[in-house]
Amino acid sequence: MELSSLIACHECDLLQRRVPLAGGAVACCRCCHAVLYRDSPNGIDRTLAYTLGALFLFLIANLYPIVGLEVQGNRQVATLYGTVHALWNDGREEVASLVAFTTMVSPALEIILLAYLLIPLRFNRIAEGTIPVLRFLQTVKPWSMTEVFLLGVLVSLVKLEHLAHVETGIGLWAFAGLIPLLIAAAGAFSPDEIWNKVSRTS
Amino acid sequence: MNVGDITAGQMGFYACHVCNLLAKSEPGEHDAVCRRCGSPLHLRKPDSVARTWAFLIAAYILFVPANVMPIMHTSSLFGAQADTIMSGVIYLWMSGSWHLALVVFIASILVPSAKLLALTFLVVSVQRRSTWEPMQRTKLYRVVEFVGRWSMLDIFVVAILVALVHLQSLATIEAGFGAVAFGGVVVLTMLAAMEFDPRLIWDPKRVQHG
Ligand SMILES: [Zn+2]
Ligand SMILES: [Zn+2]
Ligand SMILES: [Zn+2]
Repeated sequence: MELSSLIACHECDLLQRRVPLAGGAVACCRCCHAVLYRDSPNGIDRTLAYTLGALFLFLIANLYPIVGLEVQGNRQVATLYGTVHALWNDGREEVASLVAFTTMVSPALEIILLAYLLIPLRFNRIAEGTIPVLRFLQTVKPWSMTEVFLLGVLVSLVKLEHLAHVETGIGLWAFAGLIPLLIAAAGAFSPDEIWNKVSRTS
Repeated sequence: MNVGDITAGQMGFYACHVCNLLAKSEPGEHDAVCRRCGSPLHLRKPDSVARTWAFLIAAYILFVPANVMPIMHTSSLFGAQADTIMSGVIYLWMSGSWHLALVVFIASILVPSAKLLALTFLVVSVQRRSTWEPMQRTKLYRVVEFVGRWSMLDIFVVAILVALVHLQSLATIEAGFGAVAFGGVVVLTMLAAMEFDPRLIWDPKRVQHG
């Protein structure tokens, strides 16, 4: 039996035969129903479109203020970087690094590396270092916490509402738009398809 | 060979953790690597139980200061105040935002404690080679993996409050040591969940069937 025609479930290890999928179907494990792989029609094009959109909004979310506060004519705005900076200056380097890593570094790596893989694939070429990049993407994904950060902003807005006049910034709206794009990109992305392309060319 | 009744492990097949490619293992082989992506191959995640325990115990230890010590110090003309996670929830509740109080309570108190208990239960059940309800335990593991990140909520709230109420003449907010400990708990439980190998849940049952 050809090993490449089989797949083992990554959650329960059951061996199963790979079947060709079409029309956006999903192959699930017979035993534990984990998603084994999926067909993503025009997956590369769609993922790339969402990723480029996400890149644009991510830049805005980082460059523009997220929230502002006004107390007795004093205005203070917080950007993502400013937030990290304030924590660092207070001697909370661990918290500052954690915030920077989960809201800036990980999402940036995720978006940029996806674009790096997908743009050449769009023209049927395989980017240099595709294998380590795919591996790295898998590692970095759980640490990218854009959606949790947005909820954090909303909670802090409510907390401050009683004390001062708060205003939302462009960065906040960019964050709000970024989340559905990242979800859509993850949904359209089929690593299995790219792995198969890699093994065909090597 | 009957595909669909047997596991890759029983066949002696390595399934690459990264790219899912299968490879035959040779007897007595060490340091096998995936021929497609070069990742090290193992039948199960190496030392899964020991590593999960290590991260879990570290998380339990930090869990105490995370909940007892202030995550935020506020000082203003009207005095100084230290907030723990729980007092933050109570404050939200008192100020009438009960729905947000509930969100923060779930994300910062309920989820981290439930996650610690759920992971402990999973490792213990795997260590005892339990055959009880593997599907339910797999579902529990998926929930743990999915909700873990949401506990970062309170860290982000503190971060934004610090940034906004920093150079204000009226008040300053600073992050307390509780925030460091709490961030540690979130990271450590995420690492514990990543080191746990859900296939260990199914192994005892499969051996039993022969
Ligand atoms: Zn399965
Ligand atoms: Zn591999
Ligand atoms: Zn391994």
